[in-house]
Amino acid sequence: MSQSNPHSAGELSHLADEESEHRTPLLADLRLWAVIGIAFLLIAPHFIYPVMIAKVLCFALFAAAFNLLLGFAGLLSFGHAAFFGFSAYVTGYCLQTLGFTAELGILAGTATGALLGLLIGALAIRRQGIYFAMITLALSQMVYFVCLQAPFTGGEDGLQGVPRRPLFGVVDMTSNINVYYLVLAIFCFGIFIIYRTVHSPFGQVLKSIRENEDRAISLGYDADRYKLLAFVLSAALAGLAGSTKVMIFQLASLTDVQWQMSGEVVLMAVLGGIGTMLGPILGATIIITLQNELAQIGSLTTIVQGAVFVVCVLLFRRGIVGELSHRWNRWRGRSDETTGEEPRTASKG
Amino acid sequence: MAFFDIPLPVFMGQLLIGLINGAFYAVLSLGLALIFGLLNIVNFAHGALYMVGAFVAFLLLDIAGIGYWPALLLAPVIVGLFGIVIERLLLRPLAELDHLYGLLLTFGLALLLEGAFRHFYGVSGERYAIPDALQGVFNLGFMFLPVYRAWVIVASLIVCIATWLLIEKTRLGATMRAAVENADLVRAFGVNVPLLVTVTYGFGVALAAFAGVLAAPIYSVNPLMGSNIIIVVFAIVVIGGLGSIKGAIVSGFLLGVCEGLTRVFWPEASNIVIFVVMAIVLIVRPAGLFGKAA
Repeated sequence: MSQSNPHSAGELSHLADEESEHRTPLLADLRLWAVIGIAFLLIAPHFIYPVMIAKVLCFALFAAAFNLLLGFAGLLSFGHAAFFGFSAYVTGYCLQTLGFTAELGILAGTATGALLGLLIGALAIRRQGIYFAMITLALSQMVYFVCLQAPFTGGEDGLQGVPRRPLFGVVDMTSNINVYYLVLAIFCFGIFIIYRTVHSPFGQVLKSIRENEDRAISLGYDADRYKLLAFVLSAALAGLAGSTKVMIFQLASLTDVQWQMSGEVVLMAVLGGIGTMLGPILGATIIITLQNELAQIGSLTTIVQGAVFVVCVLLFRRGIVGELSHRWNRWRGRSDETTGEEPRTASKG
Repeated sequence: MAFFDIPLPVFMGQLLIGLINGAFYAVLSLGLALIFGLLNIVNFAHGALYMVGAFVAFLLLDIAGIGYWPALLLAPVIVGLFGIVIERLLLRPLAELDHLYGLLLTFGLALLLEGAFRHFYGVSGERYAIPDALQGVFNLGFMFLPVYRAWVIVASLIVCIATWLLIEKTRLGATMRAAVENADLVRAFGVNVPLLVTVTYGFGVALAAFAGVLAAPIYSVNPLMGSNIIIVVFAIVVIGGLGSIKGAIVSGFLLGVCEGLTRVFWPEASNIVIFVVMAIVLIVRPAGLFGKAA
């Protein structure tokens, strides 16, 4: 049945185009949120441990990059850890062994993410829906085994004690505060790119492919090229997040390329709200905080994450941000087609 | 005697390991294909339920003193019933939604099951002894074949062929195939399709548990044993195509052997060979070896 219904991936993310320009009041709020958020993040390290917030920002960027693909192009990648983790290794190697400065190391990591995204994306877009998810998962597992055995990754130990080399060769990066502000700048840059992409003509084409690929093709759009470009962009941003993580923790390890990491980023996006700008950021904040609280018992984290997944999918498919803006819109009496329905179903057959 | 400078016993030994892995791949991808046919979901919890099957066998022995042979039947039944509960409580509400929700939900389930068993049993694994009747080795002249390993291959083949016959040659199987083609129409003929869906999920999951019991004496019974195998099985399913029962069985065994042979000639690549094959198949024949053109 699903063979005859190749658009299943798309339907998932009808969920919440909540900031679809003209009508939602939250869009106006989004700019407000951005200003409040950045103001808060600028002063936050004075009363919260900067490494902790930097970690949240790093994963928020990762989740937002993932969401760009799922939420706006309707492609569920179950292999985003490959880009995050492999880029982390490359950045770590560049900083540690090749002596790159911070910005070059991060650039190298981002470029690696894009390149890997091009390879994996080109293979994965040959199939749709569920197969797409399985292919990305399988190829990312291959990247994991490469990282496990390649000579430059340090095997089970990973790359430890990666030096925080100065930014542009001059700005000192050894203090946590400086790294924090670098991460904040990268985070804002990444989110801005995603925002601009989603609200560009390119983003509109992506959404149209998500809604109805055949129709987009018949209108003359080369759907595969758009999907691949979205995939590469998402992978590059995931790579940027991975490189940033190396700057924060001075560590690149197998944890970052494992399939569990791919699952975590899916969870962040689903929990926060697929297809919303703020959702992945909120989702990442919650999940990272949760992990910190439960850090002593590894298995408990897995159980809680699994439970959150099940609850989200069964009861809460819009995610937190999606649900909130849905309620807000309904309260304002705007039950139009974008906001007034449950997440759409795939019509069978 | 040597083959490409590789001693024959080594070669045959790896081939045997490949066949055994292939047997597990075949039984698991068979279950996945069955479930996918009727429910249209990819059961991410399949690996976790394979692990639960092994643990049920271990617990039956540990707590109730029930041995291997009854466990080979009991564990699939218990896990199958558990699967029926999962289908009715969790998957049924998602039936009309996008298929990807099913994937996400079963992924959550897999995490839950794995985390729970890890919480109680750690990651070191529990030993499960080979039953007395299957101890020992056959001397084939050029190599020694452990009886248990031969049994695993034979048992898997029997289960695979029996399932295939069930689906291709019986009335129930015909109804199932019809429901895969057009569930609404079959329902209009008075067939209780929701029940059929539930039973199919239970059966597919029971197959996973059966593989788990077979695996218990070979590998240690470990909470993480399902998570790595399921990703390989996903790759196999992409290669074979989920649409075909025969395809699932054949590609399971084939790729197991392929993995075993790679271990002989280039051990470092044996972990990734199946993924490489998947990539090549995607380039050459995107619909999969046995799949209909999408």
